[in-house]
Amino acid sequence: MIPRELQTRAINGPVPAILLALTLAWLALIIGAPLATVLVEAFSKGLDTFLATFGEPDALAAIRLTLLVAAIAVPLNCAFGLAAAWSIAKFEFQGKALLLTLIDLPLSMSPVVSGLVWVLLFGARGWFGHDLDILGIKVIFAVPGIVLGTIIVTVPLIARELIPLMAEQGADEELAATTLGAGGWTAFRRVTLPNIRWALLHGVLLCNARAMGEFGAVSVLSGHIRGLTNTLPLHVEALYNDYDFVGAFSAATLLAGLAIVTLVVKTVLEQLIRAGATAKPS
Amino acid sequence: MVAVDASSYAGTSRPPPLLAPGHRPWREHSALPGFNGAFAFTLVYVALIILLPLAALAARPWEHGLGGFVEAILQPRTLAALRLSFGAASLAALVNVGMGLLVAWVLSRYRFPGRRIVDALVDLPFALPTAVAGIALATLYGPNGWIGSLLEPLGLKVAFTPIGVFVALLAVGLPFVVRAVQPVLEDLDASLEEASLTLGAHPVQTFVRVILPALAPALLTGFALAFARGAGEYGSVIFIAGNMPGVSEIAPLVIVTRLEQYDYAGAASVGLAMLAVSLLVLMGVNALQVMLSRRGAR
Repeated sequence: MIPRELQTRAINGPVPAILLALTLAWLALIIGAPLATVLVEAFSKGLDTFLATFGEPDALAAIRLTLLVAAIAVPLNCAFGLAAAWSIAKFEFQGKALLLTLIDLPLSMSPVVSGLVWVLLFGARGWFGHDLDILGIKVIFAVPGIVLGTIIVTVPLIARELIPLMAEQGADEELAATTLGAGGWTAFRRVTLPNIRWALLHGVLLCNARAMGEFGAVSVLSGHIRGLTNTLPLHVEALYNDYDFVGAFSAATLLAGLAIVTLVVKTVLEQLIRAGATAKPS
Repeated sequence: MVAVDASSYAGTSRPPPLLAPGHRPWREHSALPGFNGAFAFTLVYVALIILLPLAALAARPWEHGLGGFVEAILQPRTLAALRLSFGAASLAALVNVGMGLLVAWVLSRYRFPGRRIVDALVDLPFALPTAVAGIALATLYGPNGWIGSLLEPLGLKVAFTPIGVFVALLAVGLPFVVRAVQPVLEDLDASLEEASLTLGAHPVQTFVRVILPALAPALLTGFALAFARGAGEYGSVIFIAGNMPGVSEIAPLVIVTRLEQYDYAGAASVGLAMLAVSLLVLMGVNALQVMLSRRGAR
């Protein structure tokens, strides 16, 4: 069998040329044009107006909140991803398929539903709304709700990255380490972690991008209080709805920049993962 | 998978557990430590972050009995929104099956300058926050936008109509199809195609008879994922949709509106219905794939 990777051809003849042209035109239309719109609109009134967007206290508060939410949600989901992958990939137990299905479930949920479920639990008329009220704890329309919405939306991302890889690697190396006297924690740190580092970073990267850019779930849970509960994507929406288009697109460039950086790092990491997979005969 | 059987470690490990014949322990013994802690943390996390919220979603719609649920779903405004969300999502996913196949084909078969960049760019809809895509699309297809101003004289209105919803979902679904199909295309045994071509088949015949059947399961997966994501999509649709009740209002917005009116049961009804339809489609596609692979094996 000849691997396809070696079978790529240069463009010669009319059919490949037409197919390539169609592909580029389509991608330019549905991906390139929106991206270009963001940049053109952001700088349409000049650099000073663009920069002024980020001097606003509300914008700074939104950036700060977005960073805070990601700083809570990503490490938690990272710990979960590692624990889930360790128990699911390295051990055999019953009910594994059910557990995997549950972990994947948030991927099939509308972001709005991912926000809704927390309102059903902690909202004024939710299951625990009254108890929270008595205790004086605010979850919905406050930062804890935004964090919960972000966590549920991003919960499968790191786990899904690690489980197939760690299952493929098996537990032989870890078992060898423990036989030689290493504790479980040492085996994890010295054997497992080096084996999964690029995939782990890949998962963290995607999780972080989604956490910082999440809109639907957070929009249901935030209450849209400017300067207090607006994340950066919600701040973009607020500016846009105020007809401050330049401001909205300027703030949006920050998120678009995050997406571009994410894609670049992702591409590099995927090459490292592929190199790791071929370097290690299994 | 390494499953260490305790009996093979006779003398060095504990003896096999004494259980009635035919009774399987719920987990196989392993010499590797660390299961209990990791598993307990996993279970608690899943229970708090996934199960408990899901239980609330499953329980709430029945507050006013089955009738309340049915009424909430069958209300004309809700029904129209559900029809729009699922209709636009299936149409967009269908187009994406075609365009995703084209993009995956070109990326995996041809060498051209900038291929790496184009390949990375396909994932942009994954990485770009939906609100950013949303305001960009609304501007682009709006009456003064680059594309909207070209279409307006032709009498075609995209922004603030149901067509806008469809257009927004084209970008959302594309990476799902490309990323499902591309690895299969790359792994496809080239000798099969060559055999077909040397035996005198026309390239189109080879594509339809040899390549397409091999890609069918991946195309189905891509369709299902693009569909499920598109039906629930909010951020990139909400700005371009116009949100006119009964016309261009999407199902997730109905949930938001109901929540604003403190109609938790109604909101949960629509949310549960959406989740159920998405899961049914995903399960149906899984079943279809099992059938396909059985037929292929025969």
